[in-house]
Amino acid sequence: MTIDAEPLGRPLPTIHDMNGYFWCGGRDGQLHIQRCGNCGIYFHPYQARCRECRSADVKPEAVSGRGKVLSFTVNHQPWFPHVPVPYVIALIELEEKGPVRLVSNLLGTPVEEVKAGMPVKVYFEQHGDIFVPLFTPA
Amino acid sequence: MSRYKEKDCVISGIGMSKLHRKPTVYPFNLAVDACETAIADAGLELGDIDGISCWPFAQVGVGHDKSSASPTDLKNSLGLKINWYSTGSGPAQYASIINAIGAIAAGYCNHVLCYRAEGERWVPTYGRQFLDGRLPTNLEAHNVWTLPYWAPSAANWIAFNANHHMAATGLTREQMGMIPINQRKCAALNENAIYREPLTLDQYMSARMITTPFCLYDCDVPIDGSAAVIVSRADAVPASKRPAVRFEAIGSAIHDHDSWFQRTDFPNMAMNDAAKMLWERTDLRPKDLSTAHLYDGFTWLTVLWLEALGITKPGETGSFLEGGQNIALDGVLPLNTNGGQLSEGRLHAFNHLLESVRQLRGEAGERQVKDARYSVCGAGGGVFGSALLLARD
Ligand SMILES: [Zn+2]
Repeated sequence: MTIDAEPLGRPLPTIHDMNGYFWCGGRDGQLHIQRCGNCGIYFHPYQARCRECRSADVKPEAVSGRGKVLSFTVNHQPWFPHVPVPYVIALIELEEKGPVRLVSNLLGTPVEEVKAGMPVKVYFEQHGDIFVPLFTPA
Repeated sequence: MSRYKEKDCVISGIGMSKLHRKPTVYPFNLAVDACETAIADAGLELGDIDGISCWPFAQVGVGHDKSSASPTDLKNSLGLKINWYSTGSGPAQYASIINAIGAIAAGYCNHVLCYRAEGERWVPTYGRQFLDGRLPTNLEAHNVWTLPYWAPSAANWIAFNANHHMAATGLTREQMGMIPINQRKCAALNENAIYREPLTLDQYMSARMITTPFCLYDCDVPIDGSAAVIVSRADAVPASKRPAVRFEAIGSAIHDHDSWFQRTDFPNMAMNDAAKMLWERTDLRPKDLSTAHLYDGFTWLTVLWLEALGITKPGETGSFLEGGQNIALDGVLPLNTNGGQLSEGRLHAFNHLLESVRQLRGEAGERQVKDARYSVCGAGGGVFGSALLLARD
């Protein structure tokens, strides 16, 4: 699948304080992930305390948007009639200290060329106020 | 070792409704059928049942959902006088059983009706949910992280773990295919099973792919149906010639991050924590098992259960499954002897539990494993994991 000029419809979330930084944060072109101000690790999704040190000093910060494909699946089942199959659903591990893993689609590359471990970078697909983070080979 | 309280509880009765691949009987009525059968099987009267426990939550007054029978509606239909009930979340499909044991240990009740009621065909679920083209714009909870990426099924999520594990250990699809192939052989001996025809390796390898590495035959069979068990305080059960089936240990732990995707020990799952807890509560070991009844919502979950329970070592499961002999009815460790969810139908690990009880009682008919004495049951995948070790004394 290519990166579409006109994006295909996606089910979209209700936005609130526990997820807005992630889904709407891409309006500035950057991916935002919660980070601990005490020990510095990133974690996802939202928690009120750091995953490692339990500090309450946690807030979303922009990250590099770079990572690797930790694992992926080639989906063949036409769950959504408007989405051509097959397509790649990937589990992306960001390069920042975490682990932070994001389920996403990997576009801009033929399905058969996707490999575990390949470096990827984020881009965004706008749906109204929501900027869906997607990934493409780096 | 402490005298853990589950050892004082037994499964006194089991019951299963008819299973339907197409919408046929209103799902709530199937739940009532299963519960009545289980109570009668225990040799108890309706008036003896003083607790109800289910997983997951079921809405009152809705008998046709994925969870199609609430304790309230069952209580009223059966006219039960209950001291305690529980419905809701918890460590996977055996949460209802584990909660019942806790309630009995605390003295709230003596005989708890535990059940799972599925209405997977009456309502459009999973694969059929979005076929009308309408896209939800109000996603909540864990769906928020998957549905925007057209990943609606647990098949998609579990595929990450499976592909990672298979690449790391060399487990092949041919080896994993022995799980559904063996279970079809067992299902041929099970009149309740939905699919009973033999499955060949060629059929498996050439089947339609759902999401790599899972083809059609790696995915269980959604049905309308229900199964129930009665969990009783051992000394409250009426005398019977039939052997009692006792809980030897339970596992309900989740120690790593409670997430499908963020565990530090990826590709492990909650079941790894639950399995560890199970063996900490007993002197028995995997070599003592007569049969295993391990969750097969997707075949690879069964692989991970085998490893989590220490039945196979990580990296050796492929050779254990090779050819299918080790897991056959006359093998080293007969696995999912009823045909499992892949052939009998998806009853969310309750059909595994019922089969385990049949094996230990010696009531499994043509599928009976000789002298079955200890059986392990594992339920769930991803964030869901719970395990039961059952014994015939
Ligand atoms: Zn910290």
